[in-house]
Amino acid sequence: MKTEVKAIPASRTTALPALFAVVLGVAVITVTGHLQAETLHDAAHDMRHATGFPCH
Amino acid sequence: MLSKLLTSALFAGAVSGLIAGLLQIIFVQPVLLHAELYEGGQLVHFGAQAVSAHPDLPGFDPMRDLLSIVFTMMTYCGYAFILVALMSLAQERGAEVTPRHGIVWGIAGFVAAHFAPGLTLAPEVPGVAAADVGARQIWWFATVISAGVALWLLAFGRGWMLWGVAVILLAAPHLIGAPEPDSFTGPVPPEIAALFAARAFGVGMAAWVILGCFAAYFLDKEQRRVA
Repeated sequence: MKTEVKAIPASRTTALPALFAVVLGVAVITVTGHLQAETLHDAAHDMRHATGFPCH
Repeated sequence: MLSKLLTSALFAGAVSGLIAGLLQIIFVQPVLLHAELYEGGQLVHFGAQAVSAHPDLPGFDPMRDLLSIVFTMMTYCGYAFILVALMSLAQERGAEVTPRHGIVWGIAGFVAAHFAPGLTLAPEVPGVAAADVGARQIWWFATVISAGVALWLLAFGRGWMLWGVAVILLAAPHLIGAPEPDSFTGPVPPEIAALFAARAFGVGMAAWVILGCFAAYFLDKEQRRVA
């Protein structure tokens, strides 16, 4: 019996984790930098201005 | 793989975010507090009388400044997740990513996430007149994505065709233009607003270079540790 070993292309091993990390990053930035909920906005206010996010 | 990406991003984001937060407290916060005196009406210019450029500013506010640092660290962790993911994709395509290369990655990240949107939607000092925040956020995200894709194409694209697309992606958001206010109502002197924008860019660039450097360093460390 012959066992065939297939190499998984390297791109498949990274593409999904990378995509997940990108989505997570965008989600974090949306919460800290862009959501307009009042408490969030007030707490993050100075950082939002200093980081150049649209504020108010 | 995922845990390596997330771990290295968290380390890089926390370190660079802490440094960014401290730099903002030292260099940006005094300008912001100065502007808020005009935003709140304690100081008024445009009058016949000149106003002192050196008023007493509120000093260090533990709660406010601590929150700013915590949120800056979280934001830079967000940047780091994206940066580390792109670095690992580039590595797979054969690119070498050392901390030294990370400096260039950091500058590119600064250009995409901070400078490109700021070129037309300048970092806003408190009190400026501005268009609807939702419209500006849409423009901000579109510009950051378009600049990010453009820089990737410039770095890894082959041929004039892709580089041409990159140039179009870089220029288009600014040719189209960002949402603008209907009228100018900002009470803050232009000297303060200009200094604020310059400081925001300067601190942003420094922090991004540090982020790029650390992201490459921790990614490399994580990959070696398990492999």
